[in-house]
Amino acid sequence: MREIDVTLITEKVRDLCVEANVDLGEDVLQAFDRAIEKEESPVGADILRELKENARVAKEEKVAICQDTGFAVVFLEVGQDVHLIGGNLAQAIHEGVRQGYRDGYLRKSLCHPFTRANTGDNTPAVIHTDIVPGEKVKIMVAPKGGGSENMSRVMMLTPSDGIEGIKRFVIQRVKESGSNPCPPTIVGVGIGGTFEQSALLAKKSLLRPLGTKNPDPELDTLESEILSGINKLGIGPQGLGGRTTSLAVHILMMPCHIASLPLAVNIQCHVQRHKEAIL
Amino acid sequence: MTEPVRLKTPLSDQDVEKLKIGDRVLMNGVIYTGRDAAHRRLFDLLQSGKDLPFDMRGQVIYYVGPTPAKPGQVFGSAGPTTSYRMDAFAPALIEKGLKGMIGKGMRSDQVKEAMKRYKAVYFAATGGAGALLAKRVKKAEVIAYDDLGPEAIRRLEVVDLPVIVVNDVRGNDLYIEGAMRYRRE
Repeated sequence: MREIDVTLITEKVRDLCVEANVDLGEDVLQAFDRAIEKEESPVGADILRELKENARVAKEEKVAICQDTGFAVVFLEVGQDVHLIGGNLAQAIHEGVRQGYRDGYLRKSLCHPFTRANTGDNTPAVIHTDIVPGEKVKIMVAPKGGGSENMSRVMMLTPSDGIEGIKRFVIQRVKESGSNPCPPTIVGVGIGGTFEQSALLAKKSLLRPLGTKNPDPELDTLESEILSGINKLGIGPQGLGGRTTSLAVHILMMPCHIASLPLAVNIQCHVQRHKEAIL
Repeated sequence: MTEPVRLKTPLSDQDVEKLKIGDRVLMNGVIYTGRDAAHRRLFDLLQSGKDLPFDMRGQVIYYVGPTPAKPGQVFGSAGPTTSYRMDAFAPALIEKGLKGMIGKGMRSDQVKEAMKRYKAVYFAATGGAGALLAKRVKKAEVIAYDDLGPEAIRRLEVVDLPVIVVNDVRGNDLYIEGAMRYRRE
Protein backbone atom coordinates (compact mmCIF):
# COMPACT_ATOMS: atom_id res chain seq x y z
CA MET A 1 0.00 0.00 0.00
CA ARG A 2 1.50 3.31 -1.15
CA GLU A 3 0.66 6.45 0.74
CA ILE A 4 0.09 9.74 -1.12
CA ASP A 5 -0.55 13.00 0.69
CA VAL A 6 -3.51 14.89 -0.77
CA THR A 7 -1.58 18.17 -0.54
CA LEU A 8 0.47 16.84 -3.48
CA ILE A 9 -2.78 16.50 -5.40
CA THR A 10 -3.68 20.10 -4.58
CA GLU A 11 -0.35 21.27 -6.01
CA LYS A 12 -0.72 19.22 -9.17
CA VAL A 13 -4.30 20.34 -9.79
CA ARG A 14 -3.23 23.94 -9.30
CA ASP A 15 -0.42 23.63 -11.85
CA LEU A 16 -2.55 21.69 -14.36
CA CYS A 17 -5.34 24.31 -14.26
CA VAL A 18 -2.87 27.03 -15.19
CA GLU A 19 -0.95 24.98 -17.75
CA ALA A 20 -4.11 23.78 -19.52
CA ASN A 21 -5.38 27.35 -19.87
CA VAL A 22 -2.24 28.95 -21.29
CA ASP A 23 -0.60 26.15 -23.26
CA LEU A 24 -2.68 24.70 -26.09
CA GLY A 25 -1.63 21.15 -26.94
CA GLU A 26 0.65 20.43 -29.88
CA ASP A 27 -2.05 18.07 -31.23
CA VAL A 28 -4.48 21.00 -31.60
CA LEU A 29 -1.86 23.21 -33.28
CA GLN A 30 -1.10 20.43 -35.77
CA ALA A 31 -4.81 20.03 -36.45
CA PHE A 32 -4.97 23.78 -37.24
CA ASP A 33 -2.09 23.31 -39.73
CA ARG A 34 -3.87 20.43 -41.48
CA ALA A 35 -7.08 22.49 -41.61
CA ILE A 36 -5.34 25.58 -43.05
CA GLU A 37 -4.08 23.47 -45.97
CA LYS A 38 -7.58 22.23 -46.78
CA GLU A 39 -9.59 25.38 -46.06
CA GLU A 40 -11.11 26.87 -49.22
CA SER A 41 -12.45 30.03 -47.60
CA PRO A 42 -9.82 32.82 -47.36
CA VAL A 43 -11.58 34.28 -44.31
CA GLY A 44 -11.69 30.81 -42.76
CA ALA A 45 -7.99 30.22 -43.34
CA ASP A 46 -7.23 33.65 -41.86
CA ILE A 47 -9.18 32.77 -38.73
CA LEU A 48 -7.29 29.48 -38.34
CA ARG A 49 -3.99 31.35 -38.62
CA GLU A 50 -5.24 33.88 -36.07
CA LEU A 51 -6.02 31.03 -33.65
CA LYS A 52 -2.48 29.68 -34.04
CA GLU A 53 -1.04 33.12 -33.38
CA ASN A 54 -3.33 33.52 -30.36
CA ALA A 55 -2.07 30.22 -28.94
CA ARG A 56 1.53 31.32 -29.49
CA VAL A 57 0.98 34.63 -27.68
CA ALA A 58 -0.85 32.94 -24.80
CA LYS A 59 1.96 30.46 -24.26
CA GLU A 60 4.70 33.06 -24.55
CA GLU A 61 3.04 35.57 -22.23
CA LYS A 62 1.49 32.93 -19.96
CA VAL A 63 -2.00 34.38 -20.34
CA ALA A 64 -5.27 32.56 -20.93
CA ILE A 65 -5.82 31.34 -24.51
CA CYS A 66 -9.52 32.18 -24.14
CA GLN A 67 -11.24 34.35 -21.54
CA ASP A 68 -13.58 31.44 -20.83
CA THR A 69 -11.15 29.46 -18.73
CA GLY A 70 -13.89 27.00 -18.11
CA PHE A 71 -15.47 24.74 -15.56
CA ALA A 72 -12.62 22.71 -14.04
CA VAL A 73 -13.45 19.11 -14.94
CA VAL A 74 -11.06 16.74 -13.18
CA PHE A 75 -10.65 13.10 -14.15
CA LEU A 76 -8.94 11.01 -11.51
CA GLU A 77 -7.63 7.49 -11.83
CA VAL A 78 -6.78 6.22 -8.38
CA GLY A 79 -4.79 3.01 -8.04
CA GLN A 80 -6.52 0.58 -5.69
CA ASP A 81 -3.25 0.09 -3.79
CA VAL A 82 -2.99 3.78 -2.95
CA HIS A 83 -3.85 5.13 0.48
CA LEU A 84 -4.63 8.85 0.33
CA ILE A 85 -3.61 10.65 3.52
CA GLY A 86 -3.45 14.16 4.90
CA GLY A 87 -7.04 15.28 4.33
CA ASN A 88 -10.18 15.10 2.26
CA LEU A 89 -9.49 14.24 -1.42
CA ALA A 90 -12.37 16.27 -2.90
CA GLN A 91 -11.45 19.30 -0.78
CA ALA A 92 -7.83 18.95 -1.90
CA ILE A 93 -8.93 19.08 -5.55
CA HIS A 94 -11.20 22.08 -4.99
CA GLU A 95 -8.31 23.82 -3.23
CA GLY A 96 -6.06 23.14 -6.24
CA VAL A 97 -8.66 24.69 -8.54
CA ARG A 98 -9.05 27.67 -6.21
CA GLN A 99 -5.29 28.30 -6.18
CA GLY A 100 -4.82 27.71 -9.90
CA TYR A 101 -7.58 30.10 -10.96
CA ARG A 102 -6.34 32.73 -8.49
CA ASP A 103 -2.62 32.48 -9.21
CA GLY A 104 -3.02 32.00 -12.95
CA TYR A 105 -5.27 35.06 -13.37
CA LEU A 106 -7.96 32.80 -14.80
CA ARG A 107 -11.61 33.80 -14.95
CA LYS A 108 -13.97 32.65 -12.24
CA SER A 109 -16.88 31.40 -14.30
CA LEU A 110 -19.18 29.60 -11.85
CA CYS A 111 -22.31 31.00 -10.27
CA HIS A 112 -25.46 30.13 -8.35
CA PRO A 113 -28.03 28.81 -10.84
CA PHE A 114 -30.83 31.11 -9.59
CA THR A 115 -29.20 34.28 -8.25
CA ARG A 116 -26.26 34.06 -10.72
CA ALA A 117 -23.96 35.21 -7.87
CA ASN A 118 -20.38 34.20 -8.74
CA THR A 119 -18.85 31.58 -6.41
CA GLY A 120 -15.74 33.76 -6.54
CA ASP A 121 -13.06 31.08 -6.88
CA ASN A 122 -14.20 28.84 -9.75
CA THR A 123 -15.08 26.03 -7.36
CA PRO A 124 -16.53 23.49 -7.06
CA ALA A 125 -14.76 21.33 -9.63
CA VAL A 126 -16.57 18.47 -11.34
CA ILE A 127 -14.67 15.33 -10.33
CA HIS A 128 -14.89 11.97 -12.11
CA THR A 129 -13.06 9.20 -10.28
CA ASP A 130 -12.14 5.75 -11.51
CA ILE A 131 -10.54 3.14 -9.27
CA VAL A 132 -7.93 1.25 -11.30
CA PRO A 133 -5.32 -1.43 -10.58
CA GLY A 134 -1.91 -0.28 -9.34
CA GLU A 135 -0.49 2.24 -6.92
CA LYS A 136 -0.45 5.45 -8.89
CA VAL A 137 -2.78 8.42 -9.15
CA LYS A 138 -3.40 9.98 -12.55
CA ILE A 139 -4.93 13.47 -12.63
CA MET A 140 -6.34 15.01 -15.79
CA VAL A 141 -7.65 18.56 -15.78
CA ALA A 142 -9.90 19.51 -18.69
CA PRO A 143 -11.32 23.05 -18.32
CA LYS A 144 -14.61 23.20 -20.25
CA GLY A 145 -15.99 26.37 -21.79
CA GLY A 146 -19.68 27.23 -21.47
CA GLY A 147 -20.45 28.26 -25.04
CA SER A 148 -19.68 24.89 -26.53
CA GLU A 149 -21.05 22.97 -23.54
CA ASN A 150 -24.41 24.70 -24.13
CA MET A 151 -24.62 23.15 -27.61
CA SER A 152 -24.29 19.60 -26.21
CA ARG A 153 -27.20 17.16 -25.98
CA VAL A 154 -28.18 13.71 -24.76
CA MET A 155 -30.71 11.84 -26.89
CA MET A 156 -32.32 8.52 -26.06
CA LEU A 157 -32.63 7.03 -29.53
CA THR A 158 -34.56 3.83 -30.10
CA PRO A 159 -32.70 0.68 -31.25
CA SER A 160 -34.41 0.92 -34.66
CA ASP A 161 -32.67 4.28 -35.28
CA GLY A 162 -29.38 2.39 -35.62
CA ILE A 163 -26.11 3.77 -36.96
CA GLU A 164 -27.90 5.97 -39.51
CA GLY A 165 -29.92 7.56 -36.70
CA ILE A 166 -26.73 8.23 -34.77
CA LYS A 167 -25.06 9.91 -37.77
CA ARG A 168 -28.15 11.98 -38.50
CA PHE A 169 -28.47 13.23 -34.92
CA VAL A 170 -24.82 14.18 -34.50
CA ILE A 171 -24.62 16.03 -37.82
CA GLN A 172 -27.93 17.78 -37.15
CA ARG A 173 -26.67 18.88 -33.71
CA VAL A 174 -23.57 20.44 -35.25
CA LYS A 175 -25.69 22.09 -37.95
CA GLU A 176 -28.09 23.62 -35.43
CA SER A 177 -25.18 24.79 -33.26
CA GLY A 178 -23.88 26.79 -36.22
CA SER A 179 -21.49 29.54 -35.21
CA ASN A 180 -22.35 29.38 -31.48
CA PRO A 181 -19.76 26.90 -30.13
CA CYS A 182 -16.72 28.62 -31.75
CA PRO A 183 -16.06 26.34 -34.71
CA PRO A 184 -13.87 24.60 -35.66
CA THR A 185 -15.07 22.22 -32.97
CA ILE A 186 -14.20 18.77 -31.76
CA VAL A 187 -17.31 16.61 -31.45
CA GLY A 188 -17.30 14.13 -28.58
CA VAL A 189 -19.81 11.31 -28.98
CA GLY A 190 -20.86 8.77 -26.35
CA ILE A 191 -22.90 5.80 -27.51
CA GLY A 192 -24.54 3.27 -25.21
CA GLY A 193 -24.50 2.83 -21.45
CA THR A 194 -27.27 4.63 -19.59
CA PHE A 195 -28.53 8.21 -19.84
CA GLU A 196 -25.72 9.66 -17.68
CA GLN A 197 -23.04 7.22 -18.81
CA SER A 198 -23.44 8.24 -22.45
CA ALA A 199 -22.72 11.86 -21.49
CA LEU A 200 -19.62 10.84 -19.55
CA LEU A 201 -18.40 8.76 -22.49
CA ALA A 202 -18.86 11.74 -24.80
CA LYS A 203 -16.83 13.95 -22.46
CA LYS A 204 -14.12 11.32 -21.99
CA SER A 205 -13.78 10.84 -25.73
CA LEU A 206 -12.51 14.43 -25.92
CA LEU A 207 -9.43 13.48 -23.87
CA ARG A 208 -8.01 11.50 -26.80
CA PRO A 209 -5.33 13.51 -28.61
CA LEU A 210 -6.37 14.97 -31.97
CA GLY A 211 -4.99 13.19 -35.00
CA THR A 212 -5.04 9.76 -33.33
CA LYS A 213 -7.14 6.89 -34.61
CA ASN A 214 -9.94 5.28 -32.67
CA PRO A 215 -8.60 1.85 -31.60
CA ASP A 216 -11.92 0.26 -32.66
CA PRO A 217 -11.88 0.07 -36.51
CA GLU A 218 -15.67 0.20 -36.74
CA LEU A 219 -15.80 3.40 -34.65
CA ASP A 220 -12.84 4.81 -36.57
CA THR A 221 -14.84 4.49 -39.78
CA LEU A 222 -17.92 5.99 -38.15
CA GLU A 223 -15.85 8.96 -36.91
CA SER A 224 -14.62 9.61 -40.47
CA GLU A 225 -18.10 9.35 -41.94
CA ILE A 226 -19.65 11.73 -39.42
CA LEU A 227 -16.75 14.21 -39.78
CA SER A 228 -17.13 14.18 -43.54
CA GLY A 229 -20.87 14.86 -43.19
CA ILE A 230 -20.22 17.72 -40.76
CA ASN A 231 -17.63 19.36 -42.97
CA LYS A 232 -20.05 19.41 -45.90
CA LEU A 233 -22.33 21.74 -43.92
CA GLY A 234 -20.25 24.78 -44.93
CA ILE A 235 -20.39 26.42 -41.48
CA GLY A 236 -16.60 26.85 -41.36
CA PRO A 237 -14.28 28.61 -38.90
CA GLN A 238 -16.33 30.87 -36.60
CA GLY A 239 -19.41 30.06 -38.69
CA LEU A 240 -18.46 32.54 -41.43
CA GLY A 241 -18.42 29.85 -44.12
CA GLY A 242 -15.81 27.26 -45.05
CA ARG A 243 -14.69 23.65 -44.99
CA THR A 244 -13.45 23.38 -41.42
CA THR A 245 -16.52 23.15 -39.21
CA SER A 246 -15.02 20.41 -37.02
CA LEU A 247 -11.45 19.23 -36.59
CA ALA A 248 -12.43 15.76 -35.41
CA VAL A 249 -15.19 13.46 -34.19
CA HIS A 250 -14.28 11.21 -31.26
CA ILE A 251 -16.45 8.30 -30.18
CA LEU A 252 -16.54 6.08 -27.11
CA MET A 253 -19.05 3.25 -26.97
CA MET A 254 -20.25 0.59 -24.52
CA PRO A 255 -23.16 -1.87 -24.43
CA CYS A 256 -26.63 -0.51 -23.69
CA HIS A 257 -29.97 -1.87 -22.49
CA ILE A 258 -31.92 -3.94 -25.04
CA ALA A 259 -34.62 -1.24 -25.00
CA SER A 260 -32.28 1.70 -25.57
CA LEU A 261 -29.76 3.45 -27.75
CA PRO A 262 -28.41 6.35 -25.67
CA LEU A 263 -26.47 8.95 -27.61
CA ALA A 264 -24.61 11.96 -26.20
CA VAL A 265 -22.96 14.74 -28.16
CA ASN A 266 -20.50 16.90 -26.24
CA ILE A 267 -19.33 19.81 -28.33
CA GLN A 268 -15.84 21.15 -27.63
CA CYS A 269 -14.57 24.43 -29.05
CA HIS A 270 -11.18 24.66 -30.74
CA VAL A 271 -9.57 25.52 -27.39
CA GLN A 272 -9.36 21.84 -26.51
CA ARG A 273 -7.50 21.95 -23.25
CA HIS A 274 -6.39 19.08 -21.11
CA LYS A 275 -3.24 18.42 -19.15
CA GLU A 276 -2.35 15.44 -17.01
CA ALA A 277 0.08 14.34 -14.33
CA ILE A 278 0.85 11.02 -12.70
CA LEU A 279 1.76 10.73 -9.02
CA MET B 1 -10.39 40.75 -49.55
CA THR B 2 -11.23 44.43 -49.10
CA GLU B 3 -9.38 46.71 -46.71
CA PRO B 4 -10.87 47.03 -43.24
CA VAL B 5 -13.06 50.03 -42.42
CA ARG B 6 -11.94 52.08 -39.43
CA LEU B 7 -14.83 53.14 -37.20
CA LYS B 8 -14.83 55.45 -34.21
CA THR B 9 -17.50 55.36 -31.53
CA PRO B 10 -20.07 56.73 -30.88
CA LEU B 11 -21.64 55.46 -34.11
CA SER B 12 -24.19 57.43 -36.10
CA ASP B 13 -26.99 56.12 -38.33
CA GLN B 14 -24.79 57.05 -41.30
CA ASP B 15 -21.88 55.02 -39.92
CA VAL B 16 -23.92 51.84 -39.62
CA GLU B 17 -25.90 52.29 -42.84
CA LYS B 18 -22.66 52.12 -44.81
CA LEU B 19 -21.73 48.70 -43.40
CA LYS B 20 -22.57 45.46 -45.16
CA ILE B 21 -22.10 41.85 -44.16
CA GLY B 22 -18.57 40.56 -44.53
CA ASP B 23 -17.02 44.00 -44.04
CA ARG B 24 -13.98 43.89 -41.82
CA VAL B 25 -14.06 46.70 -39.28
CA LEU B 26 -11.43 48.05 -36.90
CA MET B 27 -13.32 49.49 -33.94
CA ASN B 28 -11.88 52.48 -32.12
CA GLY B 29 -12.91 54.58 -29.14
CA VAL B 30 -15.05 53.78 -26.13
CA ILE B 31 -17.08 50.57 -25.99
CA TYR B 32 -18.82 48.88 -23.06
CA THR B 33 -18.68 45.28 -21.89
CA GLY B 34 -21.84 43.47 -20.88
CA ARG B 35 -23.01 39.87 -20.83
CA ASP B 36 -25.67 37.68 -19.24
CA ALA B 37 -26.17 39.01 -15.70
CA ALA B 38 -25.49 42.67 -16.64
CA HIS B 39 -28.08 42.46 -19.43
CA ARG B 40 -30.65 41.14 -16.99
CA ARG B 41 -30.00 44.15 -14.74
CA LEU B 42 -30.10 46.69 -17.60
CA PHE B 43 -33.37 45.17 -18.79
CA ASP B 44 -34.86 45.32 -15.29
CA LEU B 45 -33.91 49.01 -15.02
CA LEU B 46 -35.69 49.75 -18.31
CA GLN B 47 -38.74 47.76 -17.20
CA SER B 48 -39.03 49.85 -14.05
CA GLY B 49 -38.44 53.10 -15.95
CA LYS B 50 -35.06 53.88 -14.36
CA ASP B 51 -31.91 55.35 -15.96
CA LEU B 52 -29.24 53.07 -17.36
CA PRO B 53 -25.64 53.30 -16.04
CA PHE B 54 -24.60 54.86 -19.38
CA ASP B 55 -26.40 56.59 -22.25
CA MET B 56 -27.07 53.92 -24.85
CA ARG B 57 -27.23 56.33 -27.82
CA GLY B 58 -24.56 55.59 -30.42
CA GLN B 59 -22.81 53.04 -28.21
CA VAL B 60 -21.35 49.61 -28.82
CA ILE B 61 -21.62 46.73 -26.33
CA TYR B 62 -19.04 43.95 -26.40
CA TYR B 63 -20.34 40.63 -25.04
CA VAL B 64 -17.30 39.65 -23.01
CA GLY B 65 -16.31 38.55 -19.54
CA PRO B 66 -12.53 38.98 -19.38
CA THR B 67 -9.99 37.11 -17.29
CA PRO B 68 -8.42 39.22 -14.53
CA ALA B 69 -5.54 41.35 -15.86
CA LYS B 70 -2.11 40.11 -14.86
CA PRO B 71 0.29 42.65 -13.32
CA GLY B 72 1.54 44.78 -16.22
CA GLN B 73 -1.48 43.98 -18.41
CA VAL B 74 -4.19 46.58 -19.19
CA PHE B 75 -6.84 43.93 -19.69
CA GLY B 76 -7.08 40.16 -19.42
CA SER B 77 -7.95 37.74 -22.24
CA ALA B 78 -11.07 39.09 -23.89
CA GLY B 79 -12.73 37.19 -26.70
CA PRO B 80 -16.48 37.32 -27.35
CA THR B 81 -19.07 35.15 -25.64
CA THR B 82 -22.03 33.56 -27.47
CA SER B 83 -24.59 36.24 -28.24
CA TYR B 84 -27.96 34.46 -28.38
CA ARG B 85 -28.20 34.55 -24.59
CA MET B 86 -28.53 38.34 -24.81
CA ASP B 87 -31.27 38.12 -27.48
CA ALA B 88 -34.11 38.51 -24.98
CA PHE B 89 -32.69 41.84 -23.81
CA ALA B 90 -31.00 43.29 -26.92
CA PRO B 91 -34.08 44.76 -28.72
CA ALA B 92 -34.90 46.99 -25.73
CA LEU B 93 -31.34 48.36 -25.71
CA ILE B 94 -31.35 48.85 -29.49
CA GLU B 95 -34.56 50.83 -29.11
CA LYS B 96 -32.71 53.05 -26.61
CA GLY B 97 -30.09 53.87 -29.24
CA LEU B 98 -27.53 51.05 -29.05
CA LYS B 99 -25.80 51.00 -32.45
CA GLY B 100 -23.48 48.02 -32.28
CA MET B 101 -23.07 44.66 -30.58
CA ILE B 102 -19.91 42.57 -30.70
CA GLY B 103 -20.15 38.86 -29.96
CA LYS B 104 -20.20 35.53 -31.72
CA GLY B 105 -22.97 33.27 -32.94
CA MET B 106 -26.42 33.69 -34.44
CA ARG B 107 -29.02 36.27 -33.38
CA SER B 108 -32.78 35.80 -33.14
CA ASP B 109 -35.25 37.16 -35.68
CA GLN B 110 -36.42 39.68 -33.08
CA VAL B 111 -32.92 41.09 -32.69
CA LYS B 112 -32.42 41.24 -36.47
CA GLU B 113 -35.76 43.01 -36.82
CA ALA B 114 -34.80 45.57 -34.17
CA MET B 115 -31.45 46.13 -35.95
CA LYS B 116 -33.33 46.89 -39.17
CA ARG B 117 -35.91 49.13 -37.56
CA TYR B 118 -33.60 51.21 -35.36
CA LYS B 119 -30.41 50.91 -37.47
CA ALA B 120 -27.92 48.86 -35.54
CA VAL B 121 -25.26 46.36 -36.57
CA TYR B 122 -24.01 43.07 -35.14
CA PHE B 123 -20.31 42.33 -35.37
CA ALA B 124 -18.43 39.09 -34.72
CA ALA B 125 -15.01 38.98 -33.08
CA THR B 126 -12.97 35.78 -33.24
CA GLY B 127 -14.12 33.49 -30.45
CA GLY B 128 -11.21 31.93 -28.64
CA ALA B 129 -8.67 34.56 -29.69
CA GLY B 130 -8.80 36.17 -26.25
CA ALA B 131 -5.05 36.67 -25.80
CA LEU B 132 -4.77 38.60 -29.08
CA LEU B 133 -7.92 40.69 -28.63
CA ALA B 134 -6.79 41.79 -25.15
CA LYS B 135 -3.93 43.73 -26.74
CA ARG B 136 -6.39 46.07 -28.48
CA VAL B 137 -7.74 47.35 -25.16
CA LYS B 138 -5.81 50.40 -24.03
CA LYS B 139 -7.83 51.39 -20.97
CA ALA B 140 -10.46 49.66 -18.84
CA GLU B 141 -12.57 50.57 -15.82
CA VAL B 142 -15.58 49.05 -14.12
CA ILE B 143 -18.52 51.47 -14.30
CA ALA B 144 -21.32 49.29 -12.92
CA TYR B 145 -22.11 46.01 -11.14
CA ASP B 146 -18.67 45.36 -9.67
CA ASP B 147 -20.26 42.55 -7.62
CA LEU B 148 -20.70 40.55 -10.83
CA GLY B 149 -16.94 40.04 -11.17
CA PRO B 150 -16.18 39.09 -14.78
CA GLU B 151 -19.75 40.07 -15.71
CA ALA B 152 -19.43 43.69 -14.46
CA ILE B 153 -19.96 46.48 -17.00
CA ARG B 154 -16.61 47.94 -18.04
CA ARG B 155 -15.83 51.03 -20.08
CA LEU B 156 -13.07 50.14 -22.53
CA GLU B 157 -10.97 52.27 -24.82
CA VAL B 158 -10.01 50.17 -27.81
CA VAL B 159 -7.69 50.72 -30.73
CA ASP B 160 -8.32 48.79 -33.95
CA LEU B 161 -10.35 45.99 -32.37
CA PRO B 162 -10.87 43.64 -35.35
CA VAL B 163 -14.47 42.57 -36.02
CA ILE B 164 -16.58 41.44 -39.01
CA VAL B 165 -20.09 42.63 -39.87
CA VAL B 166 -22.48 39.67 -39.50
CA ASN B 167 -25.88 41.40 -39.52
CA ASP B 168 -26.32 44.73 -41.30
CA VAL B 169 -29.22 47.22 -41.19
CA ARG B 170 -30.77 45.63 -44.30
CA GLY B 171 -31.42 42.28 -42.59
CA ASN B 172 -28.59 40.33 -44.22
CA ASP B 173 -26.87 37.56 -42.27
CA LEU B 174 -23.29 36.49 -42.96
CA TYR B 175 -23.71 33.22 -41.04
CA ILE B 176 -26.49 32.13 -43.39
CA GLU B 177 -24.82 33.36 -46.56
CA GLY B 178 -21.34 32.10 -45.61
CA ALA B 179 -22.55 28.58 -44.88
CA MET B 180 -24.63 28.53 -48.09
CA ARG B 181 -21.59 29.40 -50.16
CA TYR B 182 -19.55 26.46 -48.86
CA ARG B 183 -22.29 23.86 -48.40
CA ARG B 184 -21.92 20.59 -50.31
CA GLU B 185 -24.56 17.95 -50.81
